[in-house]
Amino acid sequence: MPVQYTSIADEHRAVRSDAGVFDVSHMGQLALAGEGAHEYLQRRLSNDLDRIDDGHAQYTLLTNERGGITDDLIAYRRGADDYLLVVNASNRGADHAALPETDDVSEEWALLAVQGPRALERLGIDVRPFTFHEDEVLGVRCLVAGTGYTGERGCELGCAPDDAGRLWDAILERGVAPCGLGARDTLRLEACYPLHGNDIGPDRSPVEAGLSWACALDKEFTGVEELRRVRDEGPAEKLVPILMEDKGIPRQGMPIEEGGEVTSGTLSPILERGIALGYVRADRSMPDTEVTIDLRGRPRRARIVTKPFVRGRET
Amino acid sequence: MAADESYPDDLKYHAEHDWARIDGDTATLGITWYAQDALGEIVHLEAPEDGASVAAGESYGEVESVKAVSDLIAPLSGEILEVNAALADAPETINEDPYGAGWLIKIRLGDPAEVASLLDVDAYRKLLDAQ
Repeated sequence: MPVQYTSIADEHRAVRSDAGVFDVSHMGQLALAGEGAHEYLQRRLSNDLDRIDDGHAQYTLLTNERGGITDDLIAYRRGADDYLLVVNASNRGADHAALPETDDVSEEWALLAVQGPRALERLGIDVRPFTFHEDEVLGVRCLVAGTGYTGERGCELGCAPDDAGRLWDAILERGVAPCGLGARDTLRLEACYPLHGNDIGPDRSPVEAGLSWACALDKEFTGVEELRRVRDEGPAEKLVPILMEDKGIPRQGMPIEEGGEVTSGTLSPILERGIALGYVRADRSMPDTEVTIDLRGRPRRARIVTKPFVRGRET
Repeated sequence: MAADESYPDDLKYHAEHDWARIDGDTATLGITWYAQDALGEIVHLEAPEDGASVAAGESYGEVESVKAVSDLIAPLSGEILEVNAALADAPETINEDPYGAGWLIKIRLGDPAEVASLLDVDAYRKLLDAQ
């Protein structure tokens, strides 16, 4: 996927107002089917797979022994003991090492994400959020999932790699804008979705990252004792959304003068202001707290806000 | 809309992809088509203050796109007479018209002899061809 096809800002606005398509075939897929598959994943993933039915998907974390995050992923429950995990491309190896019973089937899948308030209408399909089913879409056999990474309604279409070019062309013919990695990042930041490697990682706890909702601390899974400890003691830092009040664009690694640092930052094409995710001291993490970000030597005022920066629209 | 590639022959160029339009003992400074194209959509200009000084070869501000940040390198030394205030709210003007409405600052030359060290358009194009 290129950084951009036309312009990051135009692609971004297309997804917020209508529909855009991202080729996310680089994402990894791990499969596990057969007796004991459910139990195996239930003991290793943070969220509670008992909470979802067949045909439903769940955001979950693969945690390490230190209570850090090896990866964040979506688990698709195809049957009681039949799961497909869609994982970050760069963590595919680490994920497979932590889940050695799974098969890495990434080469069998291409994945196109069609996102935006008019995405489903333009494709002539429907799928509810966090459900999935098999269907023919524009003449191509697909796994149609109501998931995405933009904060908008839409779907992700999994298909055979040989069919992906044909599906991509057919989607563009429906008036959907081709979108690149740049817009994918600005959209997910406006929606306050963390990016593994920036905002979350092996040395950050889900409790600090505000991802406790995806951790069933009443079940046993890798690192759960450490997560319970952090929850009980309270995390030292918290990941919060930060909106610039002054001019300037916060970027990854910039220090926050009151303690902490920016882990992702950009200019929001919708708000036309700098936005960031960053870790701040837990005792100074309440919404409306003022912070000062060091923009390459220049102190600039910003404010902690509530998630998300931009809410997706329903049609 | 981004401008078409061009390098006016009445300008002087600096190897860091900045241009200078010399007018007596003053000069208008900006970045070249090549620089704005490499940056992509410019979304923020960190401009210097009126009255500040700039030194040839040193940074006097920053220009930032969605993708990257780049220092603005002064091709000539001098005192800042004017900063293009219109860019604060419309930094994309630098992409649209890098040699016209997208100018960055005007300076009074501190050392007019420095002009001789700048590249003419042919020398600058040769430098681009070698990149």
